[in-house]
Amino acid sequence: MNPAMSRSSDWIRILASLSLILSIGLVRAEPLSIPIGLISAERAEYIPLSSLEPRIEDEGLEGARQGILDNNTTGRFTGQSFDLLPVTLTSDQSPSDVVRDLIQRGVRLFLVDLPAADLLELADLPEAGDALLFNIGAMDDDLRTQGCRSNLLHTVPSRAMRADALAQYLAWKRWMRWFLVVGPLPEDRAFGAAIERAAKRFGAKIVVQKPWTFKAGASRTDSGHFNEQQLANSFTQVEDYDILLVADEADAFGAYLNYRTYRPRPIGGTQGLVATAWSGVTEQWGATQFQRRFLERTGRFMTPRDYAAWLAVRSIGEAATRTQTGEVSRLRQYLLGPDFKLAAFKGVPLSFRDWNGQMRQPILIVSPRILVSVSPQEGFLHQFSTLDTLGYDRPETECSIR
Amino acid sequence: MHHLRTALLGVCLLSPLGAHAYSVYVSSEKDNSITVVDGETLEVRQVVPVGQRPRGIALSKDGESLYVCTSDEDHIEVLDLKSLKVDHTLPSGPDPELLALGPQGRFLYVANEDDNMVTVVDVDKRTKVIEIQVGVEPEGMGVSPDGKWLVNTSETTNMAHFIDLSTHEVVGNVLVDQRPRVAQFTPDSRQVWVSSEIGGTVSVIDVAKREKVHVITFAIPGMRKELIQPVGIRITDDGSRAFIALGPAARVAVVDTKTFEVEKYLLVGQRVWNLAFAPDQSRMFTTNGVSNDMSVVDMERLKVLKSIPVGRLPWGVVVGP
Repeated sequence: MNPAMSRSSDWIRILASLSLILSIGLVRAEPLSIPIGLISAERAEYIPLSSLEPRIEDEGLEGARQGILDNNTTGRFTGQSFDLLPVTLTSDQSPSDVVRDLIQRGVRLFLVDLPAADLLELADLPEAGDALLFNIGAMDDDLRTQGCRSNLLHTVPSRAMRADALAQYLAWKRWMRWFLVVGPLPEDRAFGAAIERAAKRFGAKIVVQKPWTFKAGASRTDSGHFNEQQLANSFTQVEDYDILLVADEADAFGAYLNYRTYRPRPIGGTQGLVATAWSGVTEQWGATQFQRRFLERTGRFMTPRDYAAWLAVRSIGEAATRTQTGEVSRLRQYLLGPDFKLAAFKGVPLSFRDWNGQMRQPILIVSPRILVSVSPQEGFLHQFSTLDTLGYDRPETECSIR
Repeated sequence: MHHLRTALLGVCLLSPLGAHAYSVYVSSEKDNSITVVDGETLEVRQVVPVGQRPRGIALSKDGESLYVCTSDEDHIEVLDLKSLKVDHTLPSGPDPELLALGPQGRFLYVANEDDNMVTVVDVDKRTKVIEIQVGVEPEGMGVSPDGKWLVNTSETTNMAHFIDLSTHEVVGNVLVDQRPRVAQFTPDSRQVWVSSEIGGTVSVIDVAKREKVHVITFAIPGMRKELIQPVGIRITDDGSRAFIALGPAARVAVVDTKTFEVEKYLLVGQRVWNLAFAPDQSRMFTTNGVSNDMSVVDMERLKVLKSIPVGRLPWGVVVGP
């Protein structure tokens, strides 16, 4: 299609939507514009562990874009228009400068995909006092237990939520003796700690715990598998257990343990049987259409980070639709209030915990190809919402952001 | 409906003694079949194979065929109810899910979840007439008995779109609660009831004003609120009572249409999805998606009579000859 033609088809689309708006009549002449910033950092070049997996460079961004498209379809009828302003920080750029600049230009709503320290720096900017930040990347439990901020919400689940979700499923299975393998990175230790906490909460026993200190990843070397095969076999010669839980957030070695353990036992944690906010495998509760829309537009499956970004944009959209405003203080009040409910293809409404700003949501238990289960599991009860059996509950945090 | 009942009465009179009076047709999303159940004896008469993933179903005006949204085939199959064979197909746009037949019986209105469209199909010419752009993930389809309105709900946009059937244009939108699934008009065409699965409510919308006049909420003792997910709605011919399927709550709510109060919750199968009345409204049939069965309700006593196993993931249900 030549540019002139595509322009003319754009015009047809604009005219069509104009006529739609005119015919509706209830829409104000000038749609209310609601800008949303997306702050992320340039990522180091990443080569997926498996050659089957695509290299993804726009993770998060495409989820946000999908949310904008969804919001604007509703906005077309309600006279609101949502715009995404994505900024990818280069290594010499300060996140604060970028956000200050956007705030000066009138942006008050931000999706932030940065490490916890940078995230808190932004939330603590004096200029950001009347802004609202959505954490779509940092899973740190500290952000939900001590480092809460009244202008900070989290649509990405914490490590504790994911560990609890997996633990509930394992409790249902009665696979209660765990072999925990923790990788060398701080993130690995953090997830390992979340697994330990979950074991205590749900009555499981960590029979063995070992740190992984080897360098794996000889998959591109000829006969590289010999090394992993030997290493994994001897590393896993431990007393008997039901499942090996691995904490390897960088996806560096966990997958190499599967099928190579000394005992014929399954693997879960960050590889194998995984607890996650989102996966390409889920098709329940209308997710088929949602996944298809994303796949057709981007040529890849939606990742958990995309989903967290989509949740943030849709939360903003839902609050703006219901309150008919783009004013941040009212949106925040609505988002943390009892009426906010987000339909997000997980079978139950999602909402925010009003003590620490964490979005409460079911967590999917998945294998690489299929959905295995969804937590919370039946029988884990809670006086307020069973979703609050996942992660840090109100009495377990020092936070009170309401 | 009136014509249909007269026609059915005719069929009954002509039928030899002992023949079944009417049949219940249930689509099974997972078994790719339509199960035909005798409405009186409640025996399964036949299981008819159809295309992939049958969901929404509707009876033709003359009662001789069943339109089946075979979602994964991207078309509608027309099942001849005498031979119980698929006679021909109709174009539908991608991934048809729910459909509604216009009161003249000529046009089918189909929700295409994948491309935010409602497709209008001419069942005589077997062609697409027009596509109407609506919100994200169009789902519920309700045609007013007076033939003036089509109300379509969009699951992610959370709206009921009012489409003028004389012009096929969207002329109004009413915001409802989260994930609206089904739109059902009252027999007098004055109200349309819209169920919101995730919101857990049913919005009663005044058609003339296009405004919500009431929002019905549900509470079942001992039941977690998020399990109450309203989906299918049926309103009796006299307009006095509405029956609302509550999904994972495994209940059907019986609602007084004047006061909007819930009179009773009927315990049926798991993930109760869609509902249909017998021609004389003495019985109601419910599809229960998780327990893979159909509950039969005595409408006079408001009691569940029986559960009948049907195919896996039963979805749509209609009553016909």
